[in-house]
Amino acid sequence: MSELFRGDDVRVTYGRGRHANEVLKGVTIAIAPGETLGLVGESGSGKTTFGRALLGLVPLSGGSMSFDGEDITRLAPRARRRLAKDVQVVFQDPYTSLNPSMTTRDILIEPLIAQGITKSIASAKVKALLDRVDMPSDALHRYPREFSGGQRQRIAIARALALDPRLIVCDEPVSALDLSTQQRVLDLLIELQERTGVAYLFISHDLSVVRHVSHRVAVMYKGEIVEQGPAVQVTERPEHPYTKRLWAANLVADPEEQARRRGMRHPTPEEL
Amino acid sequence: MTTRESPGTPIGSEIVVRRGLWRVLLRNPLTVASIVVLAIAAIVAIIQPWILPFPPNQVKLALTNAPPFTTEYLLGGDKFGRDILSRLIASTRPALQAALVLSVVAFVVGVTAGLIAGYFSRLFDTIASWLFSVIMAVPGVIILIVLYTIFGASTTVAMAVFGFLVAPSMFWMVRTLTRSVRNELYVDAARVSGLSNLRIIGRHVLIAIRAPVILMAAGLAGAGIAVQAGLEFLGLGEPGVPSWGAMLTDAFTNIYVAPEQLIWPAVALGLVTGAFSLVSIGVRDTLEGTYVKPSNRTRRKEIEMVRGSAAVEKTLGLHPRPAGEMQSGEPLLVIEALQIAYSSNGKITTVVNGISLTVAQGEIVGIVGESGSGKSQTVFAALGLLPEEAIVAGGSIRLDGQDLLSMPDNQLRTIRGSEIAYVPQEPMANLDPSFTIGSQLVYGIRAQSRVTRKDAKDLALTMLERVGIRDPGRVFKSYPHEISGGMAQRVLIAGAVACKPRLLIADEPTTALDVTIQAEVLDLLRDLQNERDMGVLIVTHNFGVVADLCDRVIVMRAGTIVEDGAVDQVFKNPRHEYTRMLLGSVLDNAPARPALGAEATHV
Repeated sequence: MSELFRGDDVRVTYGRGRHANEVLKGVTIAIAPGETLGLVGESGSGKTTFGRALLGLVPLSGGSMSFDGEDITRLAPRARRRLAKDVQVVFQDPYTSLNPSMTTRDILIEPLIAQGITKSIASAKVKALLDRVDMPSDALHRYPREFSGGQRQRIAIARALALDPRLIVCDEPVSALDLSTQQRVLDLLIELQERTGVAYLFISHDLSVVRHVSHRVAVMYKGEIVEQGPAVQVTERPEHPYTKRLWAANLVADPEEQARRRGMRHPTPEEL
Repeated sequence: MTTRESPGTPIGSEIVVRRGLWRVLLRNPLTVASIVVLAIAAIVAIIQPWILPFPPNQVKLALTNAPPFTTEYLLGGDKFGRDILSRLIASTRPALQAALVLSVVAFVVGVTAGLIAGYFSRLFDTIASWLFSVIMAVPGVIILIVLYTIFGASTTVAMAVFGFLVAPSMFWMVRTLTRSVRNELYVDAARVSGLSNLRIIGRHVLIAIRAPVILMAAGLAGAGIAVQAGLEFLGLGEPGVPSWGAMLTDAFTNIYVAPEQLIWPAVALGLVTGAFSLVSIGVRDTLEGTYVKPSNRTRRKEIEMVRGSAAVEKTLGLHPRPAGEMQSGEPLLVIEALQIAYSSNGKITTVVNGISLTVAQGEIVGIVGESGSGKSQTVFAALGLLPEEAIVAGGSIRLDGQDLLSMPDNQLRTIRGSEIAYVPQEPMANLDPSFTIGSQLVYGIRAQSRVTRKDAKDLALTMLERVGIRDPGRVFKSYPHEISGGMAQRVLIAGAVACKPRLLIADEPTTALDVTIQAEVLDLLRDLQNERDMGVLIVTHNFGVVADLCDRVIVMRAGTIVEDGAVDQVFKNPRHEYTRMLLGSVLDNAPARPALGAEATHV
């Protein structure tokens, strides 16, 4: 299988000296073109840090990363800016990931201008982008606050798509959304992938969501990948005890099934 | 991760406030008056050569100390026989000039340094922070007095120096704001988009900090005028140039002969400095959306409007009494035809539209709905914790037959905690970081029941053990930041049920927790409920929580109840289309996505 992105033994440490805290302890994963890799884990597992490391927002303390065969472990600012064409992001919170004082048009045009595309071409492209995420074109001159959470997330997705990237890091893109909105945004992400062949690193704590969008799933626990494999296998026949526990704890909207799972799970106050 | 609407903001209120900043600002009479005063002062400063009745330094000995409104000197003459009105007008320009110089210098120095220190935050930050701390420690007025004696009296130089001396306050503010903006997701997104740092500062940071910076500049301008007047009062001003400070000195030395001469410069000074600070306060209040309590009359009118406008949807008959309910009397909690609205800019938004529900003793009822459904507003009303601006326009909330809505505050306080307990969504935000867990629990227990400190401590320790905390003694002595989120939620549950409440209200109690912890907390809630036979009303957006915990479920949408029934029945056989749509959006039982390449089978 060809690889679009590869992280080898990726390590990230926050703080230094006595306060050093290694949050990623050697993570090795690969993402193929057009593939969705789901990254599941609980808070503090390091899943968001991995996404930020991939995006160059956090420096690595060890290991290496490559994109399309090219080493991207330590990039000079200029080279990092060039990589922006290929690697993009959709964040969790559509309320803080869009600048409240910029119009939709300014938000969408920003990455295009930063890559040196002329204003007139960029303006034309912005309209097409909105269309691609099923937003009306009169949204262009409105501000983020005038949109609902789901619409804002569509704008954030449009911004990520602006440069036709080959990989989008989706960091909990639907966890701030209502149930019905959540499903529509997920469907949009899948549809865009099928149309453009973009790959996703899909980070989420919600197992059901990850299972729905991911071809492969990697489970992260305390800075390490404890299990990875095809979505069906990891989510239906988990092998690692932590993955098993995670699935047993996952709530389902079915009272009978829930009663069964309740019997299975033994209260383990493991946090003490 | 938070999907619930925050209690204070009805849908869209923020939108209205931000959109019409100027409009809202101009609605505050004090702000309008201040802006008018400043505008007049500015106009006077500009056109003063043409409106001066007399040259400000012209002496007419006959009019020395002339009383006001009697001679050609409208406001009278001073002790040298000069026209007070002309001097008052002529002083406007230097005063405003001083204010302008001061704020521009403070602005340029403080904002530049603050941006660099806040955004790049390395060596420069350390050095600049140290330097500005030193400047801040320097006694500004004394430096100015020294400067005047060395360099002679130049107001512009003095105010420029003073601007530099007050720049630290601007620096600290810009640095802090820049730091928080730098951590915003939209700045990260801009970096990922390939924007250079300079562009990010220009496009994102400056926009975000502009309002507070302008406010502070206005505040400093007012202070500048006052300081300048103070220095002139001490006699340090430029001789021959009329100024309010100098006029005050003249009048002061003349106080036994013509005390009224003090009034005019004092009024001018007070008006202009006051206007500067009132404008900045007005803008701040508007930006922060500070709630101004309306008069009782407005409030009554609003309530009438809600009652008149909202067609109360009938949701009666949707709450079948569960079997096994006590024959006598009514259920533990009864909410009937509850109506809650918010008014913003004269527009009324109804967030809860005539809903009725019950919670029986020993029953766990879940309210599900999406954001804006009014579910949180409903339970906040039951807790008596609605924000002040909420208008409860109708209906009743009864606990054991007692109406909570009409109950006086002190009585409600007794009921909260002892009869009704509350478990919030964000456990960490609901523990005070500056007190130990133990002291907070003891404080809560003693507020509810008159027990000794020792008994309260014993009870708290027992409760901590009861909620599954392994080392209660250690947790008792810990501060909130020393425990995990899951443990914090256990602590809050311990505090909530310590005084044996009969009704427990939980607002998304597990939303902020990890999956594995969530399951444990739900188990704990179920056990406690069994043990104490409490009624539980739980708000959630997660059907999994309902399926796991609840006996009955109420589905809310846009302020109304669309479905209310036993959990088994609603999940198996939802009656309302909206419930069906919500349940259909749940991905729990959707098939996993097949591996890449096998996509053809994927829908």
